[in-house]
Amino acid sequence: MADLKEQVLRTSGVNPLKCMRCGKCSATCPSYDAMEYHPHQFVYMVEKGDIETLMQSESIYKCLSCFACLERCPRNVEPAKLVEAVRLAVIRQQGQNHLKPEQIPAMLDEDLPQQAIVSAFRKYSK
Amino acid sequence: MRRIGVFVCHCGTNIASTVDVKAVAETLGKEPAVVFATDYPYMCSEAGQNIIKEAIKEHKLEGVVVCSCSPRMHEATFRKAVASAGLNPYMLEVANIREQCSWIHKDKEEGTAKAIVLGRAAIAKVQLNAPLTAGESPVVKRALVIGGGIAGIQTALDIAEAGYPVDIVEKEPTIGGKMTQIDKTFPTLDCSSCILTPKMVECSQNENITIYSYSEVEAVTGFVGNFSVKIRRKKRYVDETKCTGCGICTEKCPVKNVPSAYDLGLKNHRAIYIPFAQAIPNVAVIDADYCNKLTKGKCGICSKFCSAGAINYEQEDQIVEEKYGAIIAATGYNPISLDGYDEYAYSQSKDVVTSLEFERILKADGPTEGHLERLSDGKQPKTIVFVQCVGSRQSADAAHGGCGKEYCSKICCMYTAKHAMYCREKYPDTDVYVFYIDVRTPGKNYDEFYRRAVEQYGVHYIKGMVGKVAPQADGSLMVQASDLLSNEQLHIKADMVVLAAAIEPNKSARPLATMLTASMDTNDFFTEAHAKLRPVESPTAGVFLSGVCQGPKDIPETVSQASAAAAKALGLLAKDKLSCNPCVAHSDEMMCNGCSSCANVCPYGAITYSDKEFRGPNRTTLIRRVASVNAAVCQGCGACTVACPSGAMDLKGFSTSQIMAEVDAICK
Repeated sequence: MADLKEQVLRTSGVNPLKCMRCGKCSATCPSYDAMEYHPHQFVYMVEKGDIETLMQSESIYKCLSCFACLERCPRNVEPAKLVEAVRLAVIRQQGQNHLKPEQIPAMLDEDLPQQAIVSAFRKYSK
Repeated sequence: MRRIGVFVCHCGTNIASTVDVKAVAETLGKEPAVVFATDYPYMCSEAGQNIIKEAIKEHKLEGVVVCSCSPRMHEATFRKAVASAGLNPYMLEVANIREQCSWIHKDKEEGTAKAIVLGRAAIAKVQLNAPLTAGESPVVKRALVIGGGIAGIQTALDIAEAGYPVDIVEKEPTIGGKMTQIDKTFPTLDCSSCILTPKMVECSQNENITIYSYSEVEAVTGFVGNFSVKIRRKKRYVDETKCTGCGICTEKCPVKNVPSAYDLGLKNHRAIYIPFAQAIPNVAVIDADYCNKLTKGKCGICSKFCSAGAINYEQEDQIVEEKYGAIIAATGYNPISLDGYDEYAYSQSKDVVTSLEFERILKADGPTEGHLERLSDGKQPKTIVFVQCVGSRQSADAAHGGCGKEYCSKICCMYTAKHAMYCREKYPDTDVYVFYIDVRTPGKNYDEFYRRAVEQYGVHYIKGMVGKVAPQADGSLMVQASDLLSNEQLHIKADMVVLAAAIEPNKSARPLATMLTASMDTNDFFTEAHAKLRPVESPTAGVFLSGVCQGPKDIPETVSQASAAAAKALGLLAKDKLSCNPCVAHSDEMMCNGCSSCANVCPYGAITYSDKEFRGPNRTTLIRRVASVNAAVCQGCGACTVACPSGAMDLKGFSTSQIMAEVDAICK
């Protein structure tokens, strides 16, 4: 569990100890009502190391990545980056190759930027 | 070789527990120059000092080394003791074997060895010490207070009451500062003007006080006890000696659209105006940017109506030069700019106001004549939301265009409680919300005050922040906020939003600090000489700090600090002469090559250059540019001695040869 917390902190680059618990992230969040765990809880749960609960929660897919929380946080905690890091932890944890090299040719599309394929491959393959 | 005595202090167990003091005394006693060495539990005590005095006489000592605490602690004590035994006080060296040895070591053997080395270094240095005599400089018995808010007023009054002349320089047309704009003061809710204006009047009537209003400090030279200051008296186009303050000009002037600084732009006045009814001095001033006569050359109505003949369109700035013994900075604060906080819609809606603007709305001489009204439509608000910590307690790397401040502004919790209470008291049908991160109300009767707002007045205090304020088509303001305790997001339809904007030091403080060579922190607050023990003095001798220019504080604290600064300044003014620190730099003119390196690094402006005649070979005369140090200004920091490429600069008491001797002794 400690490893999971470490992984989330490292992938996000966020230090949740900077949070002063003002709740401005949750005050600003447009999908607050759709979330089981709200942005300020997210920060606190990561601080406590309660990552598995977050990984099982639908909340991480309700985040719009609008970055309003990150923009308005007075302590520059960047909650949205934590959400993204937990999403990545879910993907990595399953230990599966979500994207295999042989699948790529079928996906190619002339409007699809090369960069998107490369980053998707990095993100979803093991 | 001089006859040296060594005195090793136990400092109770502070030194003795990690340093074998007897071994130190014994080992140092064997050094070639040492004729006497001993140890004692408390060298700084009366008995300890007597040991030193007797040893000086008995052993005819020419130099004294005390191995004890930091010289910052007791160097002065031991110097006095040495002097009373007839030795020059500068023939003493203190080896710091407490802070720099016993306190930081655990191993006694290591500690003892280090104490011996430090003692040896001091012995080597004292061999080269020269007897020094402190010079004297006279004290000008006049003080300058920069800033005429409540801090400056209190400091000036205290100094004047003690019988010393004092000048107040205020950049606005009237003294009084922020307190004039405020309606009521917490926690007693007495009227701000009612307690301030008598003090303003006292200032104008006290014959020891001269008020330079609408004036700014332009240049400061000199040093403690002897500052020389240039004050620019800005042209107000009205002769201060003739104007009676009748106010007819301010009624007759045809230009009516000049935003009032006193009312934070919420109200307009004429191009010729008196800031407010109780202004001191009660003298009109013309805003040159708006006046028809000054911009277009046509009008002159005020001049026609002025029966005193005080209007003078040809007036020029005047420079006053005056000498002062002490300078007190009381430059105050301003709320921060809210440009970086678009989420609160401050620039979009007239009904989103700062707390200081809210004060103006509540005050009888403000834009709404003291009625709680929305500035957009004049309607009475039914729901008011207060937002705390707008720009305060923000990390340096956060967004918001760098407008935020890392510190707590300290006064917002209390004035917001005051505002909230006022609304509920006068308009009981109003719903009042206060969004807070923490409520910080330490201080006498302060927390009780805040609890009264909650318990007696039913103000809704909600733990959480406001994330967004959205002006609606119907003129209301949709406030989106979080309630952290009930874990929900709130949407409140408000009529008015009040932002408790952070406060920051006045912008004029930074250039002033440069003129005074007074240090500042990264937030532009003046730094104290010691955060705890010398809180009203600047590290620059003769400069004192009063009010918010040193750090956020409320009125009671400001007044206390203002009086403290006055007391410290009076301590200086009461002296006829100051004895100077003789450990100052001096330049060897024969070695000086006139490069200016020393003058460039000197933080106190103590070094000047002049052309001097020198005798050259074959009866010729050479004129060379050489440095000289003003001993009264020099603080003995030693920066020049390091910068000097030719080795001409040396510091008395810390000469290069003395320091090299210490290093040699340590490395032996």
